[in-house]
Amino acid sequence: MEFLTDLWDFLKERKKWWLLPIIIVLLLVGVLVVIGGSSAAAPFVYTLF
Amino acid sequence: MTILGISAYYHDSAAAIIVDGEVVAAAQEERFSRIKHDEGFPIHAVRFCLRQAGIDINNVDAIAFYDKPLLKFERLLETYYAFAPKGVISFLKSMPVWLRDKIFLKRIIHEGLGEIEGYDKKKAKLLFPEHHLSHAASAFYSSPFEEAAVLTIDGVGEWSTASICHGKGKDITILKELHFPNSVGLLYSAFTYFLGFKVNSGEYKLMGLAPYGIAGSAQVAGYVKTIKAELVDIKPDGSIWLNQEYFDYATGLKMVHNAKWEKLFGFAKRQEEDELLQEHCNLALAIQEVTEHIVLLLAAEAKTTTGSENLCMAGGVALNCVANGKLLRDGAFKNLFIQPASGDAGGALGAAQAAYHIHFGKERIIDAQEADKMKGSYLGPGYHDDDAELDLRYHNAKYTRYESYEEVAERTAQLLAEGNVVGWFQGKMEFGPRALGNRSILADARNAEMQKKLNLKIKYREGFRPFAPSVLAEDCKEYFDLDSSSPYMLIVAPVDKKRINKMPEGYGELPLKERLYTLRSDIQSVTHVDFSARVQTVDKQTNYRYWKLIDSFKQKTGFGLVVNTSFNVRGEPPVCTPSDAYICFMRTEMDYLVVGNIVMAKTEQPEWKEVADWKNEFKLD
Repeated sequence: MEFLTDLWDFLKERKKWWLLPIIIVLLLVGVLVVIGGSSAAAPFVYTLF
Repeated sequence: MTILGISAYYHDSAAAIIVDGEVVAAAQEERFSRIKHDEGFPIHAVRFCLRQAGIDINNVDAIAFYDKPLLKFERLLETYYAFAPKGVISFLKSMPVWLRDKIFLKRIIHEGLGEIEGYDKKKAKLLFPEHHLSHAASAFYSSPFEEAAVLTIDGVGEWSTASICHGKGKDITILKELHFPNSVGLLYSAFTYFLGFKVNSGEYKLMGLAPYGIAGSAQVAGYVKTIKAELVDIKPDGSIWLNQEYFDYATGLKMVHNAKWEKLFGFAKRQEEDELLQEHCNLALAIQEVTEHIVLLLAAEAKTTTGSENLCMAGGVALNCVANGKLLRDGAFKNLFIQPASGDAGGALGAAQAAYHIHFGKERIIDAQEADKMKGSYLGPGYHDDDAELDLRYHNAKYTRYESYEEVAERTAQLLAEGNVVGWFQGKMEFGPRALGNRSILADARNAEMQKKLNLKIKYREGFRPFAPSVLAEDCKEYFDLDSSSPYMLIVAPVDKKRINKMPEGYGELPLKERLYTLRSDIQSVTHVDFSARVQTVDKQTNYRYWKLIDSFKQKTGFGLVVNTSFNVRGEPPVCTPSDAYICFMRTEMDYLVVGNIVMAKTEQPEWKEVADWKNEFKLD
């Protein structure tokens, strides 16, 4: 719940409402990822994220 | 008021704690976990900091994390959107990491701190200052300046890759920022990658390789021209634009498009253990020159926009000591302070300082007697000789414990003068990447064989890599063309001309190894092939024990300096405990180990048996 409040405050502050649908979809996908239990290991040379 | 700072989850996680504005303790997690550049939650470092401050986690006023995760997530989404459909694989790989963990950073931090008994997350106040503000804070608030220009340069934080700020009293005002994907740090890392070194750890190897390039040669000039024409557009204010046609880091899994770079520079990407050829050295020199050019322009812009005579620096690029040396000699600023923990580890300290002075609005107190707020960067764990003895007994070590430190300094100075390599473990561990005389391997700088011996038999690392001197602060000008102090080994300066030998004809064009083994000066093992040295000036007030040792060495030899390299082997984090030091000592061809007032000779130690091949324990960096 605290996360959703933070996210709302963030979008309001940054005025980037267009990110909202993307984030919602990604979070829904994220639920699937968590349920799927796949590894979150990152194979990147440089972790930019 | 007590603030705990944390950096984690990218590289070099660390914790720092400040009490009423005073930096009480700071340490990198890698030193405890023994995993180089450990990125995990710094639970050991946090525990250490709390213990040093004598405070329960629930009584800490705030916990500051060194960047803003949601802002970083915004950058990721916008970058993928801008480059789409390129980067879909990268997107699919990175999103699970974010959606499982990183976007819920508050929860992750609470879970990390939950390992501490009795932790009550309801009492914790979490703050998230921006990445570059954390860097700027670590530089400005640690500096002795009431007012200063602040320049931060690194790979990338959230959006920002470099910033110019103005620090005044307790405030820091961000004046200018350079945004991702245009990044000086990532440009340098791209070359690190192309020349076969590891990104995020091999940058200083690239810097050490650059002097092997043939300065003024047509090939170096050609590379510089190519870099400026094809890869990077440098504006007069030091801001840059990187041609993303050649780079892959924004949306790919590697730094550059290898085929395009190979076509551009005329040779294949170097693999990690490939032989170093002259073209590799020349390209390293070219990117070093370009980087210095950009850093000098950014500093000039900082000067113009702030009008200050003082400059503070932080961010990974501020560890480029060669550029720092040029900046110092450029003379645009009267005074320069570089945060010794300029990498992401230092972000933990900066986050805590930003929370204290900016969020809580607490005034700064500048003590004119202090050189700066970093206490020599000796902010890590220290061990009493009684505790060290317990560690050493566990290993069945044979040792002599001296009553007086003066005797230890005399004995060690004699050992160094006789050509021995000494592991030197004293007082509190350094915070930041440099060993500053408390977790160091020491040797005689005059010894012409020492550079080779230290690289190949002690550190097990690449033979081309240079070593740095620790010199008595008052004797610095005897050896180096350096007018200011360099307590954190962050300035490269020319070796004084009177110490340089007459070089053979065509020295500058000799192959790498021939140049390396040419006798260049009377302090050969700390004189790099371009007659420069990365200097640490040792001050009597800041580190008496180290100063006394070098002074004793001077009484015996007439030379007030020693070789100083970090106490570790390749791929291993510098040692933290007396036990780590003993293990490292026994695994290498070090001759003596000194821990506090305890001295050990290799010849007297029981046979060392390894349970496994220890060299596989550490991944090569």
